[in-house]
Amino acid sequence: MKNNIKKIVFKSLLLLLVGLGLIHSCNDEITERNDQFPKLNPTNTDALAGTWKPYLLTAPDEFSIDVPVATNTPAYTREINEIKSFQVSITDEQRNIINYWSVGSILRWNEIMRTLVARHNRPPYQNEDGTYPAPSPANPFAYPQFPFSNPPYAARAYAYVSAAQYDALIAAWHYKKLYNRAAPYTVDPTLQVLIPKSTLPSYPSEDAVVTGVTIELLKLLFPTEIAYVNKKAEEEKLYRIISGANVRSDIDAGIILGRKVAAKFIARASTDGAGAAIGTPAIWAQLESQTAAKGEIPWKSLEKPARPPMLPLFGKVKSFLMSEADIVANRPPAPPTTKSDAFAKELAEIKKYSQDNSRKHLEIVSFWADGVDTSTPPGHWNAIAAESFVQQQYSEVRWARNMALLNIAMMDAAISCWDAKYTYFNPRPCQMDPSIKTTTGVPNFPAYVSGHSTFSAAACAVLSHFIPAKKDEYEAMATEASNSRMYGAIHYRSDCEKGLELGKKVGGFAVARAVTDGAE
Amino acid sequence: MRKLYTCCLLLISIMMSAQTDIDALMMNKNNFCFGAVYQYSSWEKYWEGTFKRENLNLGTVSTKGVAAMCAYGITDKLNFLFSIPYLETNATAGTMKGQKGMQDLVLTVKYIPFEKTVDNTTYSLFVLGSYSMPTSDYTADYLPLSIGLRSKTGTLRLMGDVQVRNFFTTLSAAYIKRSNIKIDRNSYLTDEIHYTNEVNMPDVMNFNLRLGYRSNWLIAEAIIDHTITQSGGFDITKNNMPFPSNTMNAFKLGLNAKYTLKKIPELAIVGGYNVVTEGRNVGEATSFYGGLFYLINFKNKNNQDEK
Repeated sequence: MKNNIKKIVFKSLLLLLVGLGLIHSCNDEITERNDQFPKLNPTNTDALAGTWKPYLLTAPDEFSIDVPVATNTPAYTREINEIKSFQVSITDEQRNIINYWSVGSILRWNEIMRTLVARHNRPPYQNEDGTYPAPSPANPFAYPQFPFSNPPYAARAYAYVSAAQYDALIAAWHYKKLYNRAAPYTVDPTLQVLIPKSTLPSYPSEDAVVTGVTIELLKLLFPTEIAYVNKKAEEEKLYRIISGANVRSDIDAGIILGRKVAAKFIARASTDGAGAAIGTPAIWAQLESQTAAKGEIPWKSLEKPARPPMLPLFGKVKSFLMSEADIVANRPPAPPTTKSDAFAKELAEIKKYSQDNSRKHLEIVSFWADGVDTSTPPGHWNAIAAESFVQQQYSEVRWARNMALLNIAMMDAAISCWDAKYTYFNPRPCQMDPSIKTTTGVPNFPAYVSGHSTFSAAACAVLSHFIPAKKDEYEAMATEASNSRMYGAIHYRSDCEKGLELGKKVGGFAVARAVTDGAE
Repeated sequence: MRKLYTCCLLLISIMMSAQTDIDALMMNKNNFCFGAVYQYSSWEKYWEGTFKRENLNLGTVSTKGVAAMCAYGITDKLNFLFSIPYLETNATAGTMKGQKGMQDLVLTVKYIPFEKTVDNTTYSLFVLGSYSMPTSDYTADYLPLSIGLRSKTGTLRLMGDVQVRNFFTTLSAAYIKRSNIKIDRNSYLTDEIHYTNEVNMPDVMNFNLRLGYRSNWLIAEAIIDHTITQSGGFDITKNNMPFPSNTMNAFKLGLNAKYTLKKIPELAIVGGYNVVTEGRNVGEATSFYGGLFYLINFKNKNNQDEK
């Protein structure tokens, strides 16, 4: 009897062990694409980038920095000693920081920003009375936190940060050439260097300039994230020193320069009209009545409770490259009236998409949805751009320049698209036919033209200019992103087609600048 | 005292997860049982993290479907079970389209390493091992209207049962290991954005207590069930849709019954009802099910005695 029980216990334990063993043999490690990026080692340092055309700086030396101490002074030697003292024992955590940042400063800050956009891309929850609270920059921590980084907000935020980084790096390249202070590893060949060596002078540090300008802009754009952003900034500064790339004074000068440049962009941001883009109840009502007065069916929020339309005055935000007249001149013609046969045909097409149970279509819809809790369509195109640019081994200044052109084009896409949406204020397919069910959320603003299409075509135009070999690939992506909105049953065909046309035209403004900014 | 027409009896359906057979019943050797169960589950309120709310843009969210199930007694002490459901989801408000399709196949091996009767009391110990996998290419990243979570799962459950005359209690605990899943997007946010289409699914633990009456013809029981997502899950952010790797905890109360027809002893009717009374990132679901099972004894059609 006892033996029997022993046998039973033994058998049970064996079974348990085998089971647990099987369960734990599964490997859950996930490799993320941006962990695979190579260390930045530019094929061309763009040594003359100090002469490229900035956006807001009047001249590359509009803001001054101190003359650096000479490399043959005891003061400089003490700075080298700081690097060496860090290098005596490098912790695993420090090595991770080095591996992370050595992929590139513009790239990593762009990724950080995409995370910030995604974290704040959340429409507010309604009040008890069915109205909606609005985020307030004056009280950013109160619910709903400031900002709600919806696509227009995000497009503008990416553009400001990218353009400011670019201007700051032009200034940095100017001073690198002017002061021509050698990198610490050139001064002291015994120094360990943990990243690819650059032939560029190291004062001021390009990473520090980027950090300085970026943190100031992020304080404005994402005020509740300052602690998170500062932690990243401290890590980047540490990385430059431990890796032997910069001495402390390279960093300090870079931060100061970056901050000064940021002030110009912050001043512009406060007067570009974005703060008023949310509109007022009077303006929301007026949009409805003026559309009805034209004999058209005005757009209505399909949310319950009804939510005010997203940023109706964003079309009035001041662009970097387009004048108000440019925006009006490029405005797409009116969409087919809801009373027309053309409209009925378009509606029927979308109804068909809403009824097909195509798994492929659902996959495309999800892939490009870029809705709540994502970095938005502009963020998606930043990710696409970044994954292309890492293969190009651009210098930091060229990374910044290309990201600035891309993001300014997408900010212009947001302005132009929102201008069209609120000029025509037309209804979504499921407002016209409630039997149409969607496979992605219906965005809370008018249909014509599609934002995804406009953003995607603008991004495609700019990226194809930078990397012509990938033109077909970018075009296929833009078309798919555009089509995804029809498959999801939230846009008509004309929204998508006219959106793509508009985006292409808007992207043309950035491309025109690209050929004259001195970088090509 | 676990008896002969006992067949795949009791299902738990944790929001979206596959059904699991976790009763203390065994099929006799060479008995084969198959059946179909219809189930319907719906909720109007749900927990967004710990915040209980309704959503006027979803209305009532429901899942209904049919599961085909079967069980086979390899020996009196070792059973094999199989189930596969077809499900459909729907939301009564808003614009989001429901989904439908075959969900996850579940294969379970159930073994009794120990069983002992002292006087009127039978003590049994069960070990259950299950494996589940999706059987169609449904999407997981479409909550709350996706039909499942796509994870392949491995479950190990230990279960103890005590029966005194016709009254019993069964207590079990399970660890459910869930594999990573792939979604249609190539990046997603948890705390930071991850640039991959692969999502790490936190493991799950489940505790289940059942009390009731058990005879050859009738089984009736009350159930307390608690599912707890292990580390790695996170809450739905405010006013957002759920994500497959969210923490999904549910505390449920339920009733189950099985009745075997005296005139046609091969045929059994099952039914049940349960409610989620407390949860985290799940719906406050009310569910019911009903089904029929048919038993075939391959070895000896007349061998229907009690053991």
